[in-house]
Amino acid sequence: MGLAKRIIPCLDVDNGRVVKGVQFVDIRDAGDPVEIARRYDQEGADEITFLDITASSDDRETIIHVVEAVASQVFIPLTVGGGIRKVEDIRRMLNAGADKVGINTAAIFNPDFVKEAAESFGSQCIVVAIDAKKVSKEGELNRWEIFTHGGRKTTGIDAIEWAIKMAAYGAGEILLTSMDRDGTKVGFDLELTRAISEAVNVPVIASGGVGNLQHLVDGVTKGKADAVLAASIFHFGEHTIGEAKQVMQDAGIEVRLP
Amino acid sequence: MDSIVIIDYGMGNLHSAAKAVARAVENADVIISSNPDEIKKADRVVFPGVGAMRDCMSGLQKSELDDVIKQVAKEKPFLAICVGMQALMDHSEENNGVDCLGLFSGDVRYFGDSMTGDAGEQLKVPHMGWNQVAQTKPHPLWAGIPDESRFYFVHSYYVDAKDENVIAGATDYGVKFAASIARDNIFAVQFHPEKSHRAGLTLLANFARWNGENQC
Repeated sequence: MGLAKRIIPCLDVDNGRVVKGVQFVDIRDAGDPVEIARRYDQEGADEITFLDITASSDDRETIIHVVEAVASQVFIPLTVGGGIRKVEDIRRMLNAGADKVGINTAAIFNPDFVKEAAESFGSQCIVVAIDAKKVSKEGELNRWEIFTHGGRKTTGIDAIEWAIKMAAYGAGEILLTSMDRDGTKVGFDLELTRAISEAVNVPVIASGGVGNLQHLVDGVTKGKADAVLAASIFHFGEHTIGEAKQVMQDAGIEVRLP
Repeated sequence: MDSIVIIDYGMGNLHSAAKAVARAVENADVIISSNPDEIKKADRVVFPGVGAMRDCMSGLQKSELDDVIKQVAKEKPFLAICVGMQALMDHSEENNGVDCLGLFSGDVRYFGDSMTGDAGEQLKVPHMGWNQVAQTKPHPLWAGIPDESRFYFVHSYYVDAKDENVIAGATDYGVKFAASIARDNIFAVQFHPEKSHRAGLTLLANFARWNGENQC
C-alpha cells in the first residue's frame, strides 16, 4: 500500500458556468461550478481542476469568485488554469483559495515565467499544462509537438523535451492533454502519456479523450500516469467518481476510497 | 470558544488553513496574524508553511517570529503543518542547507531523484497526493480517524527524527518517514489536514478541543 493514483474531475468554466465542448466546439452547458464541485467532493474526487476558458479578460473576475466560493466549502486541493500570465495572476488565485495554478501559453512565450513562479510560490503549486499533438506520420518514429490556440497552432517544440525542460524550471506537476484526443471519448493517447511520464520525475496528469472508465485504468496501467483527469463522463451523470474508483481498484490500482 | 491563531510570516496562502479550521470548529475564533502579542495571547497556535525552507526561515527571522514560536510551542496547543513541521527540526538539506528552529532533534532530507517502489515502479518527487498514515502512537489528535487513513501530501523533503519516540504517524514512500511528530503540547504533520477532506477536518476539530496533554 502507498500513494494512491488520483482522479481529478475538470470543470471548464466560461463566464461562471461549467461547459464542455467536443474538440473545442459545440459547447454544452453543464451547470453551476460550485454545485458541481461540491458533488465531486462528496463523491470522493481527489482534487478538482478549473479551467477558465472565458474569452474576454473583462470577465476574468468571475473565476475568482467561483474559486472563493468553492474553497470555502470543499477541502481537497483545487487547481486553476487559463489566463495565468503574470506572478500577480498566481497570487490572486492562491489568495482566492486555489492550491495550484496551471500555466500553459505563458510558459511557451516566456519559459522563465515558470522559474519565477516556482521561486515565488514553490514548485508544489506550479502545474505546467502541455497541449500536445502527434506530428509524426504512420510508420515514423512517434513525435509530438506543443500546440497553442486550442490545438490549431503548432509551436514546433518537441513535447518530451518541453516536459523535461519545464520540470527543470520548477514545475511541480505536468498536466498533459492530447489535442488529438480531447473531447473525442476514444481514450487517452497512451503512448504520449507514457513517453512523458517516464521522461520526467514529477507527477504527470493524463488528460484528453476519456469516454469510459476503462480509459482511466489504461491511463495509469499503460500510460503510467500518476493522476487521470476527465470532464464530460462525470458532468453529464454517465458515471460517478465513486464508480470510477471502484473500477480502478478492481483493476489493481491503489485509490483513495472515502 | 478558544481563539486559534494562524501564524502569518509572509509564506503565501493561509486562507485554506483558516477556512478549514473555521469549517471544522463551530463558532471558532480564527485569526491570521503576524503580530507577536496576538500570537502570544491566542489559546492555540497553528504554524503552517509552504514553499522553500530558506524563505521560511528568513521570513520568520525578518518578522521576528522565530523566538515567539519557540516560546508558544512550549506553552499551548501547537499544530505545525508541512514546512511548518520541517522548520521545527534542527536542520534541513533544502537550499544547500538551512538551520531550523531546533525544537526537535533530527534533519529534513530530500527524497532522492531515482526512487523506486516495491514493484520497481518509478516514485515521483514531489510526493504528491493521498497516502496512508499509520498511527504509530495513540494521541488525542487521532481521535475518530481510522488508522491508515489517507491524507493529502505535497513535499519533496521529509523529516528524519532522531528520537523515534516522537513519531506519531508514519508513511511509506520509498522510505518510511515521519508523517507526524508529537511531544507534550506540540503536534506536527507533514500532510495538509486543511486539504485532507473528512480525515483532515476531524484532525483540526480534535486540535481545537485538545488541552495540550499528550495522552488519550
